[in-house]
Amino acid sequence: MQLNTLSVHHLSELMGKKEVSSEELTRFYLEHISRVEDKIKAFVTLTKEEALARARAVDERRARGEELSPLAGIPTAAGDNICTRGVKTTCASQILYNFIPPYDATVAGRLKGAGAILVGKCNMDEFAMGSSTENSGYFATSNPFDFDAVPGGSGGGAAAAVAAGEAAFALGTDAGGGIRQPAAFCGVIGFKPTYGYASRFGLISHVSSLGQIGVFTRDMTDLALILNEICGHDDKDATSASVDVPDFRKSLVNDVKGLRIGLPGEYFGTDVSPRVAAKVREAIVKLEELGAVCEEVAMPHIEYAPAAHYIISSAEASSNLARFDGIRHGLRVEAEDVLTMFKKTRGQGFGEEVKRRIMLGTFALSAGNYEAYYVKALKVRTLVKQDFDRAFEKFDCLLTPTSPATPFKIGEKAGDPVAMYLSKVYTMPANLAGVPAMSLPFGLVEGLPVGLQLMARHFDEGTLLRVGYTLEQSTDQTRLKPGLLL
Amino acid sequence: MSRYEAVIGLEVHVELKTDTKIFCGCSTEFGKEPNTQVCPVCLGLPGSTGVLNKKVVELATRAGLALNCEIGTYTWFDRKNYYYPDLPKGYQISQVFRPIAYNGYLDIDVDGEKKRINITRAHIEEDPGKLVHSGGSITSSRYSYVDYNRSGMPLIEIVSEPDIRSGAEAKAYLEKLKAHLEYAGVSDVKMEQGSLRCDANVSVRPVGTTTLGTKTEIKNMNSFRAVQRAIEYEVERQIDVLEDGGKVVQETRGWDENKGITVSMRNKENPDYRCFIEHELPPIELTEEWIEEVRASIPELPDARRRRLVEEHGLPDYDAGVITSSLALAEFFDAALKEFPDAKTVSNWIMGELLRLLNARNMELGESRITPGGLASLLQLIKKGTISNKIGKEVFEVMFEEGKDPEQIVKERGLSQISDQGQLAQIIDEVIAKNPKSVADYQSGKKQAIGFLVGQVMKATRGQANPGVVNSMLREKLGE
Ligand SMILES: [Zn+2]
Repeated sequence: MQLNTLSVHHLSELMGKKEVSSEELTRFYLEHISRVEDKIKAFVTLTKEEALARARAVDERRARGEELSPLAGIPTAAGDNICTRGVKTTCASQILYNFIPPYDATVAGRLKGAGAILVGKCNMDEFAMGSSTENSGYFATSNPFDFDAVPGGSGGGAAAAVAAGEAAFALGTDAGGGIRQPAAFCGVIGFKPTYGYASRFGLISHVSSLGQIGVFTRDMTDLALILNEICGHDDKDATSASVDVPDFRKSLVNDVKGLRIGLPGEYFGTDVSPRVAAKVREAIVKLEELGAVCEEVAMPHIEYAPAAHYIISSAEASSNLARFDGIRHGLRVEAEDVLTMFKKTRGQGFGEEVKRRIMLGTFALSAGNYEAYYVKALKVRTLVKQDFDRAFEKFDCLLTPTSPATPFKIGEKAGDPVAMYLSKVYTMPANLAGVPAMSLPFGLVEGLPVGLQLMARHFDEGTLLRVGYTLEQSTDQTRLKPGLLL
Repeated sequence: MSRYEAVIGLEVHVELKTDTKIFCGCSTEFGKEPNTQVCPVCLGLPGSTGVLNKKVVELATRAGLALNCEIGTYTWFDRKNYYYPDLPKGYQISQVFRPIAYNGYLDIDVDGEKKRINITRAHIEEDPGKLVHSGGSITSSRYSYVDYNRSGMPLIEIVSEPDIRSGAEAKAYLEKLKAHLEYAGVSDVKMEQGSLRCDANVSVRPVGTTTLGTKTEIKNMNSFRAVQRAIEYEVERQIDVLEDGGKVVQETRGWDENKGITVSMRNKENPDYRCFIEHELPPIELTEEWIEEVRASIPELPDARRRRLVEEHGLPDYDAGVITSSLALAEFFDAALKEFPDAKTVSNWIMGELLRLLNARNMELGESRITPGGLASLLQLIKKGTISNKIGKEVFEVMFEEGKDPEQIVKERGLSQISDQGQLAQIIDEVIAKNPKSVADYQSGKKQAIGFLVGQVMKATRGQANPGVVNSMLREKLGE
């Protein structure tokens, strides 16, 4: 049995029927990791011993007849910017190479409480800045469908881990597409909940107002199970929403009849690759066959979203990253006085892309530029939000390609930071508006996955689950397997 | 008269009296071992997010109302970005764009003249940590330690308009500010524990002009008196610089208490704090009703209490001003007055003996052992004639130090006044015998010589003799 292609709910069933123990499952995953990791390089830290100990503890609880969460005993992974108590959390940065948080991110703690087994921390673009995971402070990750291609970013490690069968699901973070774009590139589901729905406590954030913890999964049922665990108010996070969390399994409805789906023309323009656009049209046709009403909608301010996003995220990053100064944690480069120590520590600890954004953000916030850049970007953000509000007056959800193109080659855009940034041009608007958004695999183009993006109203994750589930039930294009799992 | 006038604005940081810090549950208790009251939030550890302590908003609102400010119903926090080792996040959470309180004022009296000092704003912010230098001062230290116990303590920063014209006005304003915040119950306002800190912005300009001169900012002043002295020194210094044809340099200057001078600390090149909204905390929304509830819960403030002492108890305005300058003093007065209903006498003793001893020993009222009830009993003893006013002062000092009951002190030390003529007759005879010259003077018409003789009797009885009785007995014996 190929345990590492099964979804969480299948694995949970198998464990419930005692056909496999959590320890066996975890060993299977760990052995698979040791076989494929030299090709994929999805992890910056592996937690083999802790994982096996936890798996044995879950088996004992199951043997005692305790009622367990569907996530109990399931091997999982998390992006390395999500704090895990006692386990190194480095944001794939040299500046935090030795940082071991004394606390769990609330979301990581909830999964741990549900009995999920953390097998490791995933590689990413340093401090989640990037679109290819080439900007890691340690090494690049490969796309499981093509080892010469990037897995996307910033959460390329976590996406690749799920795609390559190294984890049954994974936590990631999405401030501009850091979950959805790598999910599209690696052929898995990537989901960013509504801003404030899942706690941000313990997320080493570079952009407070845009970033959200989310999840990579293999199917929609798994997604519902995990959202059930990670969503909900947290007293430790002041931005956490106080809204009730429904049982997301109830949204797994195989029916889209009468559902109004908007197709923003701005996402189907000249920058999208024709073969990706064709694949997305195929999905639209499928949804129409199933009874959905698909119509074009105008979102005129979307084109300014990347510029506004770049300013806002860089501005917030320049402030959020100021705490990495060598005083309390992480790297310290000794020097003759404190100012030189700050400079040397940050000079050596941060990579090129991080420095670029810190400088950009510092520039955008500095006296004389503040109004021209930062305040203007906030105004654009408001206009983008209004575009979404207007679209959702008429439509239940919006459908677009997740990325304009399929995964590019490692090194292909490394020298062109703007081109790299624009590979997330379609995912950024949802972060500016704070709406829930999902990338769903839909077939291959030249052997590489294509992602469909679906966006809905605030706190209406249910509609996304419903559309995703219906597509999943009606076509096999949503289940993609890379060669190394065939 | 000087050709120059000083223009002074004060920035006062006041620590709010909460049990826990502004964004986390750490204790705010003063004086604990370094770094024992810290957590991931107030250490700014990666990924830690804080949640606003509601009590801080309430106390800041109370403070704003006590300073006659308007209160904003929709305000938020901003970040001030700068690097310093004691600043754990690399930014300070403050209210830059929308302070919770603004447009307030305090009325002060200096030398009998009343004046209004306007308050620009009072905003909430977090305190950073504290550097502890290995060798006394920052320049003489090879390294420094950081204590983050103070990181995340809730503060309000109260910024005055540059309405202050002298060191004396600055001191009067600070005293008034302290009293208002103390009465409103928002802070301990103890300068020596750092719960009230003051920086002064000082510039001078030729009298009659309206443009502002170049200002300096003075820090490190540890008492109200130091604030006054530092400002007076700095004003003179700036005038001297200008008189010599020089230019005042915009800079931060420290007050050297021992030398009585201000010294240049570092040049201040208009730091750019790159302020922007703090997205990790939602805005503060207050309703008018809630603000009115807070207003209603604020007890009588110093000015109202002062008026009441004048109107209800007939105290002179000056006395009432001194008595109400601190809540502790005002409450001491009220309590003593209940048991000894003679306002002027009670006020005289508080303003005379009590304040004299507190000042001489540099103590707070709470640190002495005197009680309002004790003072009232003492005043009873004087009124009954058991002891003289003079002995009363001696007894008061013992009560201040030891906290004993005055009757017990009088008994133990045998201080009762001697009015018994039989007891006094022998002593008076001896004094007359020993001082023939004074006796002769008196009898030859220099009536004031009797004062010397009374004094000698008082001396012989260690002050216990009833001066009235002694006086009349002497006159009789000397053949009046
Ligand atoms: Zn704390």
